[in-house]
Amino acid sequence: MVQTDYKIDDSGLKLTIEGRLDADTVGPIWSEAAKKLSDTEPSLLEVDAAGVEYCDGTGAALLLQLRQRQEKENRQFIIEGLRPEFEQLIKIFDPGQISEYLPEKFSLQGFIEKVGNAGCRAWDDLKTQISFMGELFVKFFSTISKPKNIRWTDTFLIAEKSGADAVGITCMLGFLIGLILAFQSAVAMQKFGAQVFVADLIVISLFRELGPLITAVIFASRSGSAYAAELGTMKVNEEIDALTTMGIDPVRFLAIPRMVAGVVVMPLLTMFNHLCGLIGCGLVMLSLGFHPITFLNRIQEAATLGDLAGGMVKTLVFGSMIAGIGCLRGLQTGTGASAVGDSATKAVVSSIIAVIVADGVFAVVYFYLGI
Amino acid sequence: MTDSETVIRVENLTAGYGEVAIIKDINFEVQAGEVFIILGGSGCGKSTLLKHMIGLLPPVSGKVFIQGNDIVSAQGQERIDILRRIGVMYQNGALFGSMNLMENICLVLEEFTDIPRDAMEFIAQMRLKVVGLEGSAYKMPSELSGGMRKRAAIARAMTLGPRILFLDEPSAGLDPITSSQLDDLIIELSRSLGITFIVVTHELPSIYKVADRVIMLDKITKSIVAAGRPDYLRDKSDNPWVRQFFNRES
Repeated sequence: MVQTDYKIDDSGLKLTIEGRLDADTVGPIWSEAAKKLSDTEPSLLEVDAAGVEYCDGTGAALLLQLRQRQEKENRQFIIEGLRPEFEQLIKIFDPGQISEYLPEKFSLQGFIEKVGNAGCRAWDDLKTQISFMGELFVKFFSTISKPKNIRWTDTFLIAEKSGADAVGITCMLGFLIGLILAFQSAVAMQKFGAQVFVADLIVISLFRELGPLITAVIFASRSGSAYAAELGTMKVNEEIDALTTMGIDPVRFLAIPRMVAGVVVMPLLTMFNHLCGLIGCGLVMLSLGFHPITFLNRIQEAATLGDLAGGMVKTLVFGSMIAGIGCLRGLQTGTGASAVGDSATKAVVSSIIAVIVADGVFAVVYFYLGI
Repeated sequence: MTDSETVIRVENLTAGYGEVAIIKDINFEVQAGEVFIILGGSGCGKSTLLKHMIGLLPPVSGKVFIQGNDIVSAQGQERIDILRRIGVMYQNGALFGSMNLMENICLVLEEFTDIPRDAMEFIAQMRLKVVGLEGSAYKMPSELSGGMRKRAAIARAMTLGPRILFLDEPSAGLDPITSSQLDDLIIELSRSLGITFIVVTHELPSIYKVADRVIMLDKITKSIVAAGRPDYLRDKSDNPWVRQFFNRES
């Protein structure tokens, strides 16, 4: 333990320290000494350290800071009786004048600059995404024209992880969405005696919009983030650099198999989503007293092959975009563990935004094409 | 040396991964204030031994006593108390990537002491100055070079003023001047404060400069093949492989 004693006289403040000065004991003395110095503002601070039995770096820090405080105010500081080995320690640890860290103050100009910078970064990022997707599509089409160049083992493994392993969650969400949507619609349509048309509403919304969109969100959050994290970790471990120096194009080696997997599994997952959504809707219709044949007839009458095909075309685009953005974010990873997490987060956010923008573009195009 | 000066005692330590034994029935002691080096060829189990000494891995059999307490069997608060007495610098720094250097160093002070915040920052600045990283307190680990990360990790390991410091490849990746300064720091801290250093390193100039004693592990026998002062082993060891190692002969 440590004991301190303060004596004030005309010459200044005398601080006597006895015992151990280490991380366990320094805390209370530090606050006490700082308060005494502030209260008395002594022209001389004399520290009697003859009784200090042990002093580590933290103890040395206390003595050094007391000295710095006095010197900053142009006051005197004397330390007496400190054992030579501890004096040596003070010499080793003396940090000199430490420049204080001043947090940036708010200013309108600074705020505008930050907004401008953020806007420029967002614009640059958009251009990077577009150019990367362009590069990816060019390499995708040139690779599939020579199927031998595709790493099929990796592609099947990625497709299994992104597709087969995701069937459960896709079916469950599809079923719940179909069920909830049908139930909510039935309540509203009951007022007009139009409950039988719930099936029409669900099948059209699932085929044209909800099915591809929900599946895309699942694919982005489950597989897009995984692509970014996997490639990000490879970047951190310099595996991407190794590929480059071996003369292997990382985009062809890593991104193309993921893009192929994305393009293949997205439509399949969407089909599962449709099926389960319709089962959920059918259950609600059944509970409302409609015969299953009535439900099936309504579905056949309401939905056209064009609705289904339109949705499926969307899934091809969504799958390639999500895989591409996931790979891009992975390849853009900085250094450190947190950078991998940041890349995974960015991959999900960018993918979802891109999917929704693309969905809007599809809506306009389909409107003019009359689909 | 008397037994009371022994700070680490390794007794009949056998360790490995799964069925594969890496080291077998190892015994040695480390004395207070000693700079103790663990040496050996690649894959001989130096880092494995270090990880068992700091309680990160459970051994197949044997005990590791740190200041008289067995870290292998210690649980709960007893284990935390033992761990507080040691500092560890990992091979790649192991700094927390989401925190800047100041936060990395202040973390243990926040957790284990009641030192005021401004004092913590002063201590952190001091530690960083010691390892030549003044002015980098508010940088993130990702902004630092490999050597700087390593030095920051040493600063963090010293934060609570531990009596025993374990350093895994401290000089690797550092330029010769910084490496030499680090050696001086190790000697200074060992001599003035009696801090015990257990160092895993391959850097022969550092070994000759700082080591009080070394042990050499052998991959084939999975045990200690030589122990003693490095200059003695270089010139007078009975084992030709040991002499070859210290003389950098192929």
